[in-house]
Amino acid sequence: MRSKAITCALVVLGLAGAAASDARAGDLVEFFVVGNGIPEYLSGQPGDPERGRAVAIQRKKGNCLACHKMPIPDQQYHGEVGPDLAGVGSRMPESELRLRIVNPKIANPATMMPAFYRVDGLHRVGKAFQGKTILTPQEVEDVVAYLKTLTDDT
Amino acid sequence: MRHLGTAFLGLAAAGLLAAAGAVAQDGSTAYGDIMNDPRIKDHIVGDKHSGFVYATLATRDMQEDDFENPAFTWVSLGEELWDKQDGAMGKSCAACHGAPESLRGVSVVYPKYRESTGGMAALEHIVNECRTERMGADPWKWESDQMLGMTAFVKLQSRGMPIDVSIDGPARPFFESGRDFFFQRRGQLDLACNMCHEDHPGDMIRADLLSYGMGNGFPTYRLKWQKLGSLHRRFAGCNKNIRAQPYARGSDEYTNLELFVMWRSNGLPSEAPAVRR
Repeated sequence: MRSKAITCALVVLGLAGAAASDARAGDLVEFFVVGNGIPEYLSGQPGDPERGRAVAIQRKKGNCLACHKMPIPDQQYHGEVGPDLAGVGSRMPESELRLRIVNPKIANPATMMPAFYRVDGLHRVGKAFQGKTILTPQEVEDVVAYLKTLTDDT
Repeated sequence: MRHLGTAFLGLAAAGLLAAAGAVAQDGSTAYGDIMNDPRIKDHIVGDKHSGFVYATLATRDMQEDDFENPAFTWVSLGEELWDKQDGAMGKSCAACHGAPESLRGVSVVYPKYRESTGGMAALEHIVNECRTERMGADPWKWESDQMLGMTAFVKLQSRGMPIDVSIDGPARPFFESGRDFFFQRRGQLDLACNMCHEDHPGDMIRADLLSYGMGNGFPTYRLKWQKLGSLHRRFAGCNKNIRAQPYARGSDEYTNLELFVMWRSNGLPSEAPAVRR
């Protein structure tokens, strides 16, 4: 586990670790990890919760529903592999939500949850996906904005 | 982790289904009341569960009735090919093997170490070895109707017999290679086989109920494919789902993975040709 102390780490993805087969890691935007969070907007601007909800549902985008139960009753099937995300906006500060979407392995190396904004350190990525992140910086922010709305009072 | 209630423990020894996290107190799942079906007890051996245990009742019905099971279209083709002369030597399968019943028990030990190549051979490799070496015929493509029909027909002769692959002696390094594959994260989604099929059987992943990923039903008629398909086709599909580069069917990588997966299935009854979602 990471220390909770304020360790400010500059993560320049193009230089981080073995770049494996993905040569375009340098194209990613830079972000700062502080403790278990990423305090600043990845896209430089806040996300839109409505778009974030759509990204969470879309199978070829966030597909959060593949693993998580969420307060989205109009969708029939919800996964049971990860924790229920109802109330996650009350449990986790925004910066931690952002890190969990960008690369949850920074907080928990053993997690099976994919990193949605990462291209380095992966094995045998399919040709169509090499050098690409699952979500764009703005989509990450949209999902973060949506998750923030999932508070205990909703 | 969630644990099961005691409602259906009469069907299985305590703890057998402990990993089946999605199962409610009354045995129901998003797939219906599948855990109270008395048929599942024949598909649970020790702590091993066949994919049958995670199939819907309708899928189980289809598998158990040879007239309803669509895989039998391919089985009939395999039966025809068994007696058909092919290749330069003018032989059929029957010319050497006689009645197909003579192969009872043969398929459950594959993949098996093969001296001539110094590697593992799946049943498909052996069929093609027979065709090229002993019949003078062209090999069949891995996923061809002929190969699927022949492997389904041969495996049908061993239906109900326990899977019994060996990982000893010369098979050991290939087993280890298959095991390493199983636990290796891969693809853009960075997932290893075990994360779904060891850690989460019985949990839904969106609209799919995860199983242990056993191999005892292959070749399997998959409703999604509307076709009979090989275990290697299933591996490639899983790899593509996690956005990983698949390997070729019949490759050493998938054959070694098959050995590992079949070793996990040891003791479960051979169900080929099974029916799955």
